[in-house]
Amino acid sequence: MSLEREPEPSSLLTAPSLPMDAAPIHAPAIINFVAAAGPVAAEGPPSPIRQYLRARGNGGLADRTFAAAMLVCALSIFAIVLFILTILIARSRLSLSQFGLGFFLRSAWNPVTGDFGALPFIFGTLTTSLLALAMAVPLALGVAVFLSELCPAKLRAPISFLTELLAAIPSVVYGLWAVFVLVPIVRDQLGPLLVKYLGWTGFFGGYNFGVGMLTASIILAIMILPIISSISRDIMLAVPVSQREAVLALGATRWEMIRTGVLRNARIGIVGAVILGLGRALGETMAVTMVIGNHPDISRSLFAPANTLASVIAGEFSEATSSMYISALIEIGLALFLVTIVVNAIARALVWAVTRGAPARVH
Amino acid sequence: MSTTPIPTVTPSGEDGPLRPPTDYQTRSMRLNSARRYAVNHLVTGLAVLSTVLVIVPLVAILGYLIYKGASSLNLAFFTHIPAPVGETGGGMANAMLGSGIILALASSMGVPVGIAAGVYLAEYGWGTMLGMAVRFTADVLNGIPSIVMGIAAYSLIVMRQMHFSAFSGGVALAIMMVPTITRTTEEMLMTVPHAIREAALGLGVPKWRTVISVSLRTASPGIITGCMLAFARVAGETAPLLFTAFGNQFWSFKLNEPIAALPLQIYVYAISPYDEWHRLAWAGALVLILMIMVSVTLVRIYAGRGILKGAS
Repeated sequence: MSLEREPEPSSLLTAPSLPMDAAPIHAPAIINFVAAAGPVAAEGPPSPIRQYLRARGNGGLADRTFAAAMLVCALSIFAIVLFILTILIARSRLSLSQFGLGFFLRSAWNPVTGDFGALPFIFGTLTTSLLALAMAVPLALGVAVFLSELCPAKLRAPISFLTELLAAIPSVVYGLWAVFVLVPIVRDQLGPLLVKYLGWTGFFGGYNFGVGMLTASIILAIMILPIISSISRDIMLAVPVSQREAVLALGATRWEMIRTGVLRNARIGIVGAVILGLGRALGETMAVTMVIGNHPDISRSLFAPANTLASVIAGEFSEATSSMYISALIEIGLALFLVTIVVNAIARALVWAVTRGAPARVH
Repeated sequence: MSTTPIPTVTPSGEDGPLRPPTDYQTRSMRLNSARRYAVNHLVTGLAVLSTVLVIVPLVAILGYLIYKGASSLNLAFFTHIPAPVGETGGGMANAMLGSGIILALASSMGVPVGIAAGVYLAEYGWGTMLGMAVRFTADVLNGIPSIVMGIAAYSLIVMRQMHFSAFSGGVALAIMMVPTITRTTEEMLMTVPHAIREAALGLGVPKWRTVISVSLRTASPGIITGCMLAFARVAGETAPLLFTAFGNQFWSFKLNEPIAALPLQIYVYAISPYDEWHRLAWAGALVLILMIMVSVTLVRIYAGRGILKGAS
């Protein structure tokens, strides 16, 4: 409040410079006010009215200060992103200059000799994320179709609420559940079944500890399911009802209506939702760290322990001793940052294209 | 489906005899129709099946967590600090206090910035290129993995100070809160009718005063709930705290020291080999989930009243 009481050149002073003869005749009061206030403020102390208004905080300075403060806070969002980028580049300079871009193609990971490469983690991240998508997407789309097209109105709210609740459960709690429930299931029940029926593919060889890429993929699928299904549901609900009615009026069955009227119109947005789920899966840390086995290996077997970009940072950062080791881990973080930015930007653009700037949901 | 004749009306008029569909349907048309209906039922069945396949295990997970947590929770959990390995008992009182301190720090930094950025988007930058860019950046920032926030805060604060601290954890969480709060605030402000703003401006109230006393006050229930949602989201975050707050087995009140946090403690105890620690991890998980459930439910209640449309 103290700012606007200081004498300041009023922004209203520009008013008298208007050509007075052009002023409308039916507004004599305004002309009088402007003509009276202008010269007084320019020459001597401001008029009592102006002083009163300024004392109440009605000066232009207060408005400009407030608008500037809001703008600064809005720009701070840009600043945060740029800042994270610069600091990650600065702190990974050691590893960037030592290994160059070849860092991402080297499969060595030996902290003792200071030899680092990110290929095993890229492999682990891609395998677990894509496997999780393969498991989650069909189910999530089924749920979305059910919720938007088939579900009785009474069931819709509780099921949506449940999926939102499950999306809000912290990663570490999913991890806790996975360690004590999912790992034994994969080790004792699911693993032998897969070996028996799908062993010929070669993806289920080796010893099954229960921790490994398969378990990590399953927990990832469970975690991204609510996100993909709730965004796809929103996108399907954004398709106009007239589209559905038009297709039904042509004699289509309900599935044909969903396929041609809803899914075809919403396909871009659904791809966006899937990519958004992929972005989540790529960066998911805690639950994966707890069940993936944490071993920098590239193995064909899905039972094998591995490591993802995020889990290697979580697992090894606090015990990294040499500056090269820390630098290599930060470079992995930088890669993760850039990849998720690109993936999220694509997904957001696709979702926006469909919902046309309708309120984005908080995830 | 083709066995039941579809009742049809002859072209001659309403009082003509109902003819069976065989009159105008060829055999291939009937087969086609049967196939279409079969596919329809198959897909409907698949959609219902997938919903059941998703809902049942997820409910089972939630139920198991509540069951395990409830059977592990006791009073000592809320009043004691962790017991040394090998001793039974002990609790997570220090971790809950630590979480509270870190979250208070994060909220005091993240909430004002988030709300102000939301005000800019809704009141000043609506429709401008800059506003669109800020909105897009906020959405993208929302999707950046939390572990990246952790190493950013580590690189910025911990590396410079050479020790872990509660403050660095607070900064990491504050950055995560900003985009969520910004977007919710913006959406809430957009629901405030323009007529109210115009009424205030028409009375000669300056714009900044209109924003604070009219727009923000009208939208305040939704904005508060949005802040709670962001709060609940970062309350369960572990990855950003791993190498910022770092954890602590004892009481810690200083912002400049390593501090315990509930999610961190759950992580450390879950991967430990001790049964007693596992029990505490389950109890901690239940406390976390209950806190999050309460805030999500509140959001839902407000959303149901139309105050928080699209923000849940």
